[in-house]
Amino acid sequence: MTVTAQAVRRDAVKAPRRRGGGIAPPWLFAVPALLIYALVVLYPAFSGAGSAFTDWSGVGAQRSFVGLDNFQQLFHDDQALGALRNTLLLTVAIVVVQNGIGLLLALGVHTGIKSRMVLRVVFFAPVVVSPVMVSFLWKYVYNPAPDAGLNAALGAIGLGGLRQDWLGNPSIALWSVAFTVIWQCAGYSMVIFLAGLEGVPQELHESAMVDGAGTVARFRHITWPLLAPAVTINLMLSTVGGLTLFTQIIAMTNGGPGYATDTLSTVLYKQAFVFGKFGYSTAVALVLAIFVAAVSFIQIGYLRSRETAA
Amino acid sequence: MKYKPRTFVLEVVMVAAAIAFLFPVYALVTLAFKDPGQIANKPLSLPDPPSVGSFGEAWQSASLGSALLNSTLITVSSVLVLIVLGSLAAYFLARTATRLGYTLYILFLVGIILPFQLGMIPLYQMVNDLGLLGTYQGMILFYTGIQLPFTVFLYTGFIRSLPADYTNAALIDGASHLQAFAHVIFPLLRPITGTVLILNAVHIWNDFFTPLLYLGGSGRETVPVRVFAFVNEYTSNYGLVAAGLVLAALPILLLFLVLQRYVIRGFASGLKG
Repeated sequence: MTVTAQAVRRDAVKAPRRRGGGIAPPWLFAVPALLIYALVVLYPAFSGAGSAFTDWSGVGAQRSFVGLDNFQQLFHDDQALGALRNTLLLTVAIVVVQNGIGLLLALGVHTGIKSRMVLRVVFFAPVVVSPVMVSFLWKYVYNPAPDAGLNAALGAIGLGGLRQDWLGNPSIALWSVAFTVIWQCAGYSMVIFLAGLEGVPQELHESAMVDGAGTVARFRHITWPLLAPAVTINLMLSTVGGLTLFTQIIAMTNGGPGYATDTLSTVLYKQAFVFGKFGYSTAVALVLAIFVAAVSFIQIGYLRSRETAA
Repeated sequence: MKYKPRTFVLEVVMVAAAIAFLFPVYALVTLAFKDPGQIANKPLSLPDPPSVGSFGEAWQSASLGSALLNSTLITVSSVLVLIVLGSLAAYFLARTATRLGYTLYILFLVGIILPFQLGMIPLYQMVNDLGLLGTYQGMILFYTGIQLPFTVFLYTGFIRSLPADYTNAALIDGASHLQAFAHVIFPLLRPITGTVLILNAVHIWNDFFTPLLYLGGSGRETVPVRVFAFVNEYTSNYGLVAAGLVLAALPILLLFLVLQRYVIRGFASGLKG
């Protein structure tokens, strides 16, 4: 009796995806990884979350508990609120445009065109290059001089009237940064959508064509529902990427002009390493962490339900 | 799929999109091959005649040679440690049926969504206290810890889909768990090890913020950190900056071109679990 009960319980705990039984190795196998993970990720994260409620300056051990002061300050700090607004705007722009372009590119190269393999490589290539270098490349493209980079190109095709100080104009700078990220990462979205498209059975399209379904109808009723897992992954990756955007801003604008392109990540960096307000900085980090976690959970939940409905 | 007139139209549209997409690269590469006079007069033309002087100067000024060595050392070591520790831990997590094993697995998954900014400052303090600022070991320790959750996640999913019969047979034949892992399981993990290697290597090679913080001024800076300092120093010398950026991006781009199939597959499949 006890044996059966135990066996049932063991089966319940087992992950459902497991195929073979197998003799488990000793738990010592996981110890080295666990120690390093705890040291580098878990302990600092908890310690950081704790110091968000203190006035720690980052130097020495002296810190006193200040309750929610840091958070109150955050919600009355124009720079932090502006950064929060910028972070959300950037994230929305990146998620929508990057995935839109990524999907169009994937649909374009998932066809019989002769250049499809070359185009995949071209559109994906920026993904493997350091964001620092891509940012500097675009910093040149955005050169404010009328005879350099994008402005020169606009002049050459007769659109000189559209010339801008792309990174110096506070009302455009944020979108210029967003576009750099989109240029670099659209190829990443593309390959994930492509993997999804390759999983759509060709027979479904063929039988729908026999039934007289057009391109749009087939996309809506066959391709799109079956792309759900790829959509999930892409939305999650681009959302988390947008919320934590840092390198491109530091390399292109350093948050300027003024605070026009500051994000939560750049503000928490400056608060910690420029102003020495470590307690306040970790409060900003905690807000960012809560955003990332909340968005991840909402997206996983919503998109899971869509996947099963499809 | 037949090549119809519609396909041709699509081909033209896609190639035009690729040309527009590559405009920034064209602007940068041509810039790198021009002398200052050409840059001022004809910003978008092809370099005539092309001059390669900027490249030697950029290589020297940015100390790219030693930066490439630093980056290679840190990336290769971190990826090796990640593969060994990650696959060992995942082997336990995938095969165990205990509640402890399940809890540990969830604990590792938490690390995937935890933004590293939260622990950034305490971690910096700790690395400083351990005397690891400005060292290769500090960076390798950091990347191992930060990338372990994702690595363990990929390996665990893959090992769960493997039948257990092989190892059971080896264990019955008297092999130790470690021997069974090294000779039976690990070779079976090749496909996912490829994905783990590519995703981690690209991330570590290109990472900027932590090496800037930990290695700045140590003489052991990685390529992105050196490039950042170099560009900020020579900011108005466009030809030199462009040559430096082209040189710094070239190694990983060449490697990508050689291994493109594997790299694209790794990125496309890595997150499906």
